[in-house]
Amino acid sequence: MSIHATSFETLELENVARSFGGQNALRNLNLSIRSGEFIALLGPSGCGKSTALNCLAGLLPLTGGRILMDGKQIDRLPPEKRGFGMVFQNYALFPHLSVEKNIAFGLEMRKVPKAEIKKRVAEAIELVQLGPHATKLPGQMSGGQQQRVAIARAVVLRPPLVLMDEPLSNLDAKLRLEMRTEIRRLHQSLGLTTLYVTHDQEEALSLADRLVVLRLGEVQQVGTPQDLHEHPVNWHVADFMGYRNLLEGVVERAHGEAVTVSVLGTTVTGSAQVPLRAGDAVKVGLRPEDFDIAPAGTAPAGLASIDATVEVVEYQGREFAVEVRSDAGKPLHVRTARHVEPGQRVTLTATQDRVLVFPAELASAPDRAPQLQGAAL
Amino acid sequence: MTMTGQRPGRAKQGPANRPALSHRLAERGIDKLLLLLLPALLFALVLFVYPFVYGLGLSFQPKTGGLFGAYVKFFTDPSVRGLDSIWVTLQLALPAALLNVLVSVPLAYKMRGKFRGKRALTTVLVIPITLGTVLTAEGLLNFFGQRGWLNRFLGVLGFEPLQLVQNYWGVLWSLIISGFPFAFLLILSYLSGIDPSLEAAARTLGADWKQRFRRITLPLLAPGLAITFCLTFVLAFSVFPSAILVGDPSGSTRVIAYVAYNAWGQQFDYPLASAAAIVMGAVELIVIVLVLIWRSRMYKGSTGGKG
Ligand SMILES: Nc1ncnc2c1ncn2[C@@H]1O[C@H](COP(=O)(O)OP(=O)(O)O)[C@@H](O)[C@H]1O
Ligand SMILES: [Mg+2]
Repeated sequence: MSIHATSFETLELENVARSFGGQNALRNLNLSIRSGEFIALLGPSGCGKSTALNCLAGLLPLTGGRILMDGKQIDRLPPEKRGFGMVFQNYALFPHLSVEKNIAFGLEMRKVPKAEIKKRVAEAIELVQLGPHATKLPGQMSGGQQQRVAIARAVVLRPPLVLMDEPLSNLDAKLRLEMRTEIRRLHQSLGLTTLYVTHDQEEALSLADRLVVLRLGEVQQVGTPQDLHEHPVNWHVADFMGYRNLLEGVVERAHGEAVTVSVLGTTVTGSAQVPLRAGDAVKVGLRPEDFDIAPAGTAPAGLASIDATVEVVEYQGREFAVEVRSDAGKPLHVRTARHVEPGQRVTLTATQDRVLVFPAELASAPDRAPQLQGAAL
Repeated sequence: MTMTGQRPGRAKQGPANRPALSHRLAERGIDKLLLLLLPALLFALVLFVYPFVYGLGLSFQPKTGGLFGAYVKFFTDPSVRGLDSIWVTLQLALPAALLNVLVSVPLAYKMRGKFRGKRALTTVLVIPITLGTVLTAEGLLNFFGQRGWLNRFLGVLGFEPLQLVQNYWGVLWSLIISGFPFAFLLILSYLSGIDPSLEAAARTLGADWKQRFRRITLPLLAPGLAITFCLTFVLAFSVFPSAILVGDPSGSTRVIAYVAYNAWGQQFDYPLASAAAIVMGAVELIVIVLVLIWRSRMYKGSTGGKG
């Protein structure tokens, strides 16, 4: 196969920053991308994901920091000289050109010989399984097909780095799953290096080798999906990693990692993610699947427990998504295989290591930056 | 699931329960909202259709020469010289329209993004719209005229005065000045309609600005250029005040509108005047049809990123 990524050793982002009229959209982005990696940039809408991607592609000039490819500074190069492949959220296919011509565009710009263009375009079309649609215009195709064209157009150039900006967000749920697998397959079979932007944690977790979580233009945490899922550094990352229950509380006692927190009118023992002292305001993070749910009065003694009433039960395949209201009036999300009925009184328990306790205040960037850089390298 | 009602497809066939008239009309896009079009239709009928039909009728009722007498006179009578006037007008209107479009494209292309002072610059470029032909003509006379600033300045430097008004160039200038704002604004809005991510995509694929313009922007803009050309051409083709004020109406700028005016106001030959007006419309129509035929060979769908 002739489509193979041209390669680099490492791509370093050093304190990359971008502001718009004094407003920081992106601050101190430090990241080291190794060849062949799949990295997901994850964060809520408006947190600076697209800004980061456009800075890397060269579509936005940096207002701070540097980008180095194998030690060579590339952040002054215009996008047409950087040669990174980019897949846009709205596909950005040329509406007046057929699928073939769209895919051939980049090769023509590079003055690749005609015969080779033909061969490589045919190969790329084959790769994304669009054979019967080669001569159609983009407007005559479905969203999923258009996105395939966009991906083929980017990878046919064998770019050292492929940038994808929420490529699946305009597709319906089923297609999204299909395309997700497709993207991962292409990444592996072509040996691509991919930077993938999304606001969907599930997508990020399932695709990426490493995740970068952004908030308000600042990196919160960099790590493998497992790292982030098990050990989020703060409640914001936890929120993104599926800790849907974030409860405000106050530390009562602290013994090293084990802290007892008063929350929802009861006390819960959890593990502190940073050193905490009695009296600290905290947020307690719990994933729906980490709760044990039992009819009231039958919970094993000794564990911290929360009394509640079942409100909504949704059947979701093998499990139930249950919404309960605690006696203190706060709704909680629980996933369980146990069958419960709306209106039923229940007791929720969770083991100490799955109850994560974070400071309520999100630390500011400067004191965390060095630590993150370490994490990235 | 249980279904007690009839399928809608069936309901249509049974005469007993045909859908209500309003529903059947709605299916064809006819509803009460269409009544809002009535004033506009009336307006068009009274102000456009009626005079046109009346003029058309008049042009076939000359005092002498039978049904086509007025047209024969327009084309053959040496005192009318209708054919010449068509050429004169085309020689003014075609270059003016073409130049306005060609000048507007790079300007609008440069100004399609956001930048400081864009509003001020747009305002300056568009001001001639508010001026009207007579004021423009007066300005041209003041500037380019025999005793205008330019010639006085040249005089001071010891040059011969230039004849820039009262001839072809004066009228061409005035057409360019009055047509440019339309062309510019139209093209700017057509350009803004092209999804900027298309150019961004082309950049990441390695296209420099010339390639992006030629391969992406221009093809997507072409239909808009055709429309803009047609509009500025029609505006320029009906040139009349400036042909008299800054032109040479008895000679090099004896435009077709002037011929029609002469027949009507000087010779009181209403059929001839009508025939001139109809010929004028026909020439405009021919040019527009030619341009639209060219346009129909272009891509003309959406210019958004989704294709
Ligand atoms: N061209 C721009 N001008 C001004 N502000 C911008 C511009 N582009 C983005 N921003 C701001 O930068 C922040 C990050 O935007 P973006 O990177 O698009 O977020 P995301 O892709 O994560 O949703 C937002 O607050 C947005 O308002
Ligand atoms: Mg975005």
